[in-house]
Amino acid sequence: MGSRASTLLREEEIEEIKKETGFSHSQITRLYSRFTSLDKGENGTLSREDFQRIPELAINPLGDRIINAFFPEGEDQVNFRGFMRTLAHFRPIEDNEKNKDPSGTEPLNSRTNKLLFAFRLYDLDRDDKISRDELLQVLRMMVGVNISDEQLGSIADRTIQEADQNGDNSISFNEFIKVLEKVDVEQKMSIRFLH
Amino acid sequence: FLFRGAKEKNHLIYKPYSIIAKEPMSSRDLGAASQEFEMSDIFYFCRRGVESIMDDEVTKRFSAEELESWNLLTRSNYNFQHISLRLTVLWGLGVLVRYGFLLPLRVTLAFTGVGLLVVLTSIVGLLPSGRTKNFLSEKVHLMCYRICVRALTAIITYHNSENKPKNGGICVANHTSPIDVIILASDGCYAMVGQIHGGLMGVIQRAMVKACPHIWFERSEVKDRHLVAKRLSDHVEDKTKLPILIFPEGTCINNTSVMMFKKGSFEIGTTVYPVAIKYDPRFAEAFWNSSKYGMVNYLLRMMSSWAVVCSVWYLPPMRREEGEDAVQFANRVKAAIARQGGLVDLLWDGGLKRAKVKDTFKEEQQKLYSKMLVGAQEDRSRS
Repeated sequence: MGSRASTLLREEEIEEIKKETGFSHSQITRLYSRFTSLDKGENGTLSREDFQRIPELAINPLGDRIINAFFPEGEDQVNFRGFMRTLAHFRPIEDNEKNKDPSGTEPLNSRTNKLLFAFRLYDLDRDDKISRDELLQVLRMMVGVNISDEQLGSIADRTIQEADQNGDNSISFNEFIKVLEKVDVEQKMSIRFLH
Repeated sequence: FLFRGAKEKNHLIYKPYSIIAKEPMSSRDLGAASQEFEMSDIFYFCRRGVESIMDDEVTKRFSAEELESWNLLTRSNYNFQHISLRLTVLWGLGVLVRYGFLLPLRVTLAFTGVGLLVVLTSIVGLLPSGRTKNFLSEKVHLMCYRICVRALTAIITYHNSENKPKNGGICVANHTSPIDVIILASDGCYAMVGQIHGGLMGVIQRAMVKACPHIWFERSEVKDRHLVAKRLSDHVEDKTKLPILIFPEGTCINNTSVMMFKKGSFEIGTTVYPVAIKYDPRFAEAFWNSSKYGMVNYLLRMMSSWAVVCSVWYLPPMRREEGEDAVQFANRVKAAIARQGGLVDLLWDGGLKRAKVKDTFKEEQQKLYSKMLVGAQEDRSRS
């Protein structure tokens, strides 16, 4: 008889989300079910604690940064629309979307937007540049205490050296895109639904 | 990685309600071909992270499982939509029958069963220790538990009764609800283990222990692992004493999976009798969500459901083998129970229902990633 979602989420809202994110009707209701099960406070929004309660996410070295990506600048709560908007980045790119009309707004799950999602995980201060410090911070999160500062520093230096083209010792979004042009971003940053 | 191991064993007889495809890690996921740090490395952690946000293996074990089709109980219905008049009428009739007839009948039986248990065990307790006392205690316990089984209208199918636990052994089972105890104890006699409660529960506990030796702990003693282990060992060494009944998960799980077994009972060095209990969710939601409902509320819900239908499998006894430590033994037993009951075998701790996951798991992930990088660094400095 369907999931908990349907009565609490209006049809118009589902249509709007469908248009904005590209998820199907059933995917939206499934994710709404998930959203409400995470929403322990039952107030229609998720807080950072609600995400941190997921053990698999809590043990992810980049867990906190990923959680941050859901919350707009300076806010502590995310509603279902915001939740879906962020998840939309991980929707697989379908073949019929690949040759879409270039004058329309770019879909949330385009290659560029997937890269932007990842870029923002590095670029904490949102100045559109990944500085050496920001790179080091993310590296440190991924390796924990197991690698020395010097080794980590040299890894960071090498990475910036390879990516930096205009000599400002930081990585801009375009330089980021260039470095990753051979990487299959669509596959690595997509999550397939079973239904 | 922690969760991968459990999935790969392919125990998934229970239909997994997973909405996304979790792809296993490939060697290309991190560090590309060179195994050195690449900026794309974060993609792997990102995807894993967002996958767990969409659907994770743990949090869904602590709430009742969703049914595929409605069983006419509002509590199992997440979506009360007016589908048809006929269905509403059926539901209404169901409510009348359940609350007007079944519930009062069951409550009466429950009071009778519990009352008799307290009174009769106290009387038996007055007898001197010996064969008569044990015999009567057994009869009294069985009779009262069977009344309680009727009070829940529990329809239980016992399989492989030849493997029933014997004296001097420890019986371990997966835990879904306090009713598990009634279900097992109505088919055999066990020594219960637990903390002494106050109130009605405490009265029952104190009465029961007069008739036969159960193992009750004071609240303060529960933390002392050595004390607990000692009392359990002493009990199993005395072959005249009944097999101990323990639920190693330590908390109620929703009967779709078996979570980490605490190793305490597996260190004791005696025969373990595993038991798998699987409830049929169409007739009642047996899982006790203790953060949502208190015990009394839960029991009332149980008694106003259609029935409690379940299967119990007595598995062949197991002993700890040479070179196997308590944790490995516990996992082996857990796997056997999961396989039999058609449950998902998880390595996660049921304690995550309330507690935060330990930092050591994150540190493990960081260590694994570092190993890969350091290996590359060393190659680099050597060349």
